Amino acid sequence: MAKYLLLKHYRGAPAPVNNIPMDQWTPDEVDAHIKFMNDFAARLESSGEFIDGQALSPDGVWVRSDGEGRAPVTDGPFAETKDLIAGWMVIDVDSYERAIELAGELSAAPGAGGEPIHEWLEVRPFMAAPPNFTH
Amino acid sequence: MDDVELRELVPRVLSVLVRRGADFATAEDAVQEALIRALSAWDGEPPSDPTAWVITVAWRAFLDMTRSDAARRDREVRFDSEPPAGAVPSADDTLRLYFLCAHPDLTSSSAVALTLRAVGGLTTRQIAQAYLVPESTMAQRISRAKRTVSQAGVDRPGDVGTVMRVLYLVFNEGYSGDVDLAAEAIRLTRQLAALTDNPEVDGLLALMLLHHARRRSRTRPDGSIVPLADQDRSVWDTELIAEGIEIAQAALARDDLGEYQAQAAIAALHADAPSVEETDWVQIVEWYDELLRFADTSIVRLNRAVAVGEADGGHAGLAALAAVDEHVPRREAVAAYLHEKNGDLELAARLYADAARNAPNLAERDHQTRQAARLNQLLRQPR
Repeated sequence: MAKYLLLKHYRGAPAPVNNIPMDQWTPDEVDAHIKFMNDFAARLESSGEFIDGQALSPDGVWVRSDGEGRAPVTDGPFAETKDLIAGWMVIDVDSYERAIELAGELSAAPGAGGEPIHEWLEVRPFMAAPPNFTH
Repeated sequence: MDDVELRELVPRVLSVLVRRGADFATAEDAVQEALIRALSAWDGEPPSDPTAWVITVAWRAFLDMTRSDAARRDREVRFDSEPPAGAVPSADDTLRLYFLCAHPDLTSSSAVALTLRAVGGLTTRQIAQAYLVPESTMAQRISRAKRTVSQAGVDRPGDVGTVMRVLYLVFNEGYSGDVDLAAEAIRLTRQLAALTDNPEVDGLLALMLLHHARRRSRTRPDGSIVPLADQDRSVWDTELIAEGIEIAQAALARDDLGEYQAQAAIAALHADAPSVEETDWVQIVEWYDELLRFADTSIVRLNRAVAVGEADGGHAGLAALAAVDEHVPRREAVAAYLHEKNGDLELAARLYADAARNAPNLAERDHQTRQAARLNQLLRQPR
């Protein structure tokens, strides 16, 4: 088994095929989308492949240390930041192919007009733990 | 004797051990150990005096822990193995335990965790599940909290105000995992109300009961939010409402108002109304004005603006909103609602979309997105 992170971006990913903002959908289309997302996570839980899923608020700040005894410096949020993560799902699957298959299904969540969004999701493999070996 | 009844013994037993000179941290572990043993030893048939049984077993567990500890540190055992006679639980001791767990030196997350364990008798695993953190993290948080309390000394416990804040935090967390935190908060607040003679504690209890009574109508089975106006009032728990109103009225009659009583009064006016239109919004605004005297916060002012909008119309509501801090969460949602009331659907739709973007949780984000979608659909229809 290998763990993968499926990343959804507010900004930074190529434009989805069905690119109409959610508040311009009908309420029924919004409901259908939310139901799809819930069902998807539930299905992965029942197949034993779900680890975690979280959504992030869009506003965040940059922080760095300003030296000992001083308060950290914060900056931003920057409207021009190219990449903004919206949320993630961590899955534990048998193969790379399975991770790609699931990301593809997730990308096909219904959007405006009930048509699949076909949004771009980023798939990132976890660094694996070192193997157990004996000398 | 069920699990809840058993857990009711926890603060009483723990306070007896502490009064006998046991250090708080070890005594707390010993009580948990005694609970686990009670569950397997009783097997559904508790002894005639369950409290005495748990005290004896917890005391022995404490001695065992101290001895093994002492052996490691090569110290002598300082306690007699038999509990001194006449050590029975007292209400004052239990109350002191509440204060201790809400110690001002603790962060609120630590105070919450410690209260749920040492007063509520929940296991670390249950608390961890309820707050969606790993069990080892919660175990560390609780043991650090116990150390902080032990070091700070039991002579300077928190006060009833900090206890009420902790219980209200637990109540608001709602429910995940197999423990219903709202019900647990109500149980602990009931216990606190029985131990104290304080109208604010009664106000807090009434407030919780009145909120809890509406719980089934507030969300759909899929977790989505149902706003107050759309809630099915026939599923409100009338027994809880009656009890909440009675407690609130008795507290208010004592003429010693505070923020929880004022909030309970507002909740009672909502719970008592047959529909949103028949709600006494004018009186609700008056109660918000009272509440501001005790808790002048942006959130109270924001909620007041909604009530003003219902009592005196959207324009009045927007005027009240103008004085509310720009950065308070959910401000856009309130602005959207009031503009929609005024018939300005385009602005309202934009504000609902903003509210969705800045929503503090997924359920609210989805709800505000639906609101924006609903208005945008209306606007697209030919008029």
